[in-house]
Amino acid sequence: MNTIAERIYDYLKAYPPFNVLTSEQLFSISKAVDVIYLENNEYLFEIGKPVANHFYVVRDGAIGLFRATDTLVDECDEGDIFGLRALLRKGDYKLNAKAIEESIVYSISSELLETYITTNKDASQFLMASFASNTKAKSTDDEDFVKTLNRSSEYTYLQTADYSKNPVTCTVNTSIKDAAIIMTEKHVGSVVIVDNAKPIGIITDKDLRTKIATGQYIIDNTVSSIMSSPVITYPETITVAEAQIAMLKHRITHLCITKDGTTNTELTGILSEHDIIVLRENNASALIKEIKRSHSAEQLKGIRQRTEQLLKRYLEQDIPIDFMSRLISAINDAITQRIIEFAITKMGKQPPTKFAWLAIGSQGRQEQLLMTDQDNALVFEDVSKVDYDTTKAYFLQLSNYINTDLETVGFELCPAQMMSNNPKWCNSVSEWSQQFKRWITTPDQDNLMLCTIFFDYERVYGNTNIVNQLSDSIFDHIRSHDIFLNYLGRNALQNPPPLSFFRQFLVEADGEHKDQFDIKARAMMPLVDAARLLILSHNIKSINNTLERYEKLVELEPQNKDTYLFCAEAYKNLLRFRTKQGLTNKDSGRFIDLESLSKGNRLRLKRSFKAVKAVQELIKTRFNLSQLL
Amino acid sequence: MKWFKRISHPEFWNNYSSCFSKQQEQELESIRFVVFDTETTGLDIKNDRILSIGCVAIENLKIKVSDQLELYLAQEQFNADTVKIHGLLREGKLTKVEESEAAMQFLEYVQNAVLVAHHAAFDVAMINQVLQRQGLPKLKNKVLDTGHLFQKTKLDTSKIHFSLDELAKRFKIPLHDRHTASGDAYITALLFLKVVSQLKTMNPKLTFRDLERSHKRVGLL
Repeated sequence: MNTIAERIYDYLKAYPPFNVLTSEQLFSISKAVDVIYLENNEYLFEIGKPVANHFYVVRDGAIGLFRATDTLVDECDEGDIFGLRALLRKGDYKLNAKAIEESIVYSISSELLETYITTNKDASQFLMASFASNTKAKSTDDEDFVKTLNRSSEYTYLQTADYSKNPVTCTVNTSIKDAAIIMTEKHVGSVVIVDNAKPIGIITDKDLRTKIATGQYIIDNTVSSIMSSPVITYPETITVAEAQIAMLKHRITHLCITKDGTTNTELTGILSEHDIIVLRENNASALIKEIKRSHSAEQLKGIRQRTEQLLKRYLEQDIPIDFMSRLISAINDAITQRIIEFAITKMGKQPPTKFAWLAIGSQGRQEQLLMTDQDNALVFEDVSKVDYDTTKAYFLQLSNYINTDLETVGFELCPAQMMSNNPKWCNSVSEWSQQFKRWITTPDQDNLMLCTIFFDYERVYGNTNIVNQLSDSIFDHIRSHDIFLNYLGRNALQNPPPLSFFRQFLVEADGEHKDQFDIKARAMMPLVDAARLLILSHNIKSINNTLERYEKLVELEPQNKDTYLFCAEAYKNLLRFRTKQGLTNKDSGRFIDLESLSKGNRLRLKRSFKAVKAVQELIKTRFNLSQLL
Repeated sequence: MKWFKRISHPEFWNNYSSCFSKQQEQELESIRFVVFDTETTGLDIKNDRILSIGCVAIENLKIKVSDQLELYLAQEQFNADTVKIHGLLREGKLTKVEESEAAMQFLEYVQNAVLVAHHAAFDVAMINQVLQRQGLPKLKNKVLDTGHLFQKTKLDTSKIHFSLDELAKRFKIPLHDRHTASGDAYITALLFLKVVSQLKTMNPKLTFRDLERSHKRVGLL
């Protein structure tokens, strides 16, 4: 029995990150708490003192965090966490913590918490965000946030997917007929072909229909003649979300589960789309299927509208925003692909050469949740001078069809004409390469702006090779003009964050959105720009998504892990916030009426400004921008 | 020559007793205090019995939740009148120990800590009665009474005795789990820290000796 620990447990469980721990975990933390009483003006820790292996939660009263100059950085009251530097287990305190009224503080073992949060994504992200912002993790008023944390911990998408653990298998030498007999006897829709228990291929019902029933192969052939190989493998820890994305991405219905997630280890299970559907209604996949079967842009419009409904429901369910944006992007991509197929049919003849359709800007970053303007470009393979004009004419006409159909679906035409039907953005590989070179070597304001849009491109349709050529050319140009990154860096710092949400909140001074806050320009773009710059400086190709860029940066620069995780968290919050705002007001969600903000949302926004500030500081130092600015 | 032989005590008593070989530490931050409270069948020291003991330690002037003891005693004696105060039924669901076991666990836990309780005399006397029934000597620990310590602050001289409720209210200590031994021990521990802190503002060099010194003798020394 430990009545005192129970009381502490009751108190802590209301606050993140403790609310996402299991009750055993929280109870063992509660049992190890030290209770500290502080008189007004009494110090809890001081600048320069080595960090303790404890961090603190205010139980009663208020603790002020002060800089050496005695400026108040933050004020922590009931339920606020501070002193998280302890989690770093090194260095000295950078702030003074002083009671600004009589206070009782719980001192909590950081080691104990650390062992629990490493296995708890929500808790660790919350703490990282709290720490990186050098601030309290206030959440009593921030109800949405608490709710998110609460729900996402139980949330099915993050749960490990339930796959069938007795996969039906056969060897390469099995005949198709025997494989079909096995499948029939076991009542399964697929059979995995294994070699020494390692998966090397798979046959599904569909293969039997498309390859056997059509007479293409005879049933006495071995399974190796018709199997799909290699198979897509995942580790046993695959989540529902990952599974769904993998299936959408590879356009397949079965994933092989292996010991280490590669094809080099033993097959331990098979996860079918059906398993996922059983877990929950599977609307996104269903929509994609419908898209593939559609015959007109009008039909696609209906599907896209239903996607909006899906999005609304996901938002209500507090489904992780990165998952949502990837899902919506997959749908947008499928729509575009289908429209391109329509357009090629309309053209009456196949494209004269290889080409690729690129989504640029937010679509290219797979961050477009709401339906905004279309931004796209087209690249085609270099052709001889003689053929150039007809080739370009073909692709411009093709683009025209595509842009028009996209508009029918609901993606408005870009007012700045950043679309493939604009001769400027429908080019051959070498023209694009020259274009990029010009932008990189003469980085004036306009060219930098174009870089920020066109550097985030994603192939939606067409040839991969020419897109890779394009990417290579960008990196080649940057390598030979490395001052470019400094310019891009300066550009990324154009929008410094408001110092404080409450004191100096920058609102638009005039125009239609007077007195509203531009969340895109002031909070999101700085994070997007920073991620792009940093990822380019590492020569990393083909990661366009801002969240994925930050994840990659965490990997590349472990020393700046906190800052990047904080940025990712902030970006997720902003994306969610903007999407909600947009769906509510039926607009782009870009401008926010300050009066309408709840305290919780204010705090969330405030946290994201701190992320912007942190990453901009980092950029300033890394690219030596103090002189340039 | 039997009467020369020292009365032999169980090993746990000898272990306990041996903790007191050193002189009392004076610096408050270095002392282990055990704040405790007992719930009893009544206020008659001879005839009433302890139903539960709640203890929590203070080290470096911090309450160590990890260093605590909570005991429920199996007693034949039962007083229906006090049940409504402490809520402890004779046949409750809690795991109960015999008095002998409780005495052993208590001594092993407190060691040479300075005992702190509100109106400590009563709780100490109750424990001593338990020890006596086990054929053991009295507690050897130094004892502080939060009631006395409050008097030293001279914050309120209107009366000599203030109840735990009154002082908790005065120091804005929330009354959770009042009338459970551990709950009261925790409230008393917070009260102790607050009173000590108050005394420190009056005398920054406060030591144990200053706390121990009886209220009445303050003026004479």
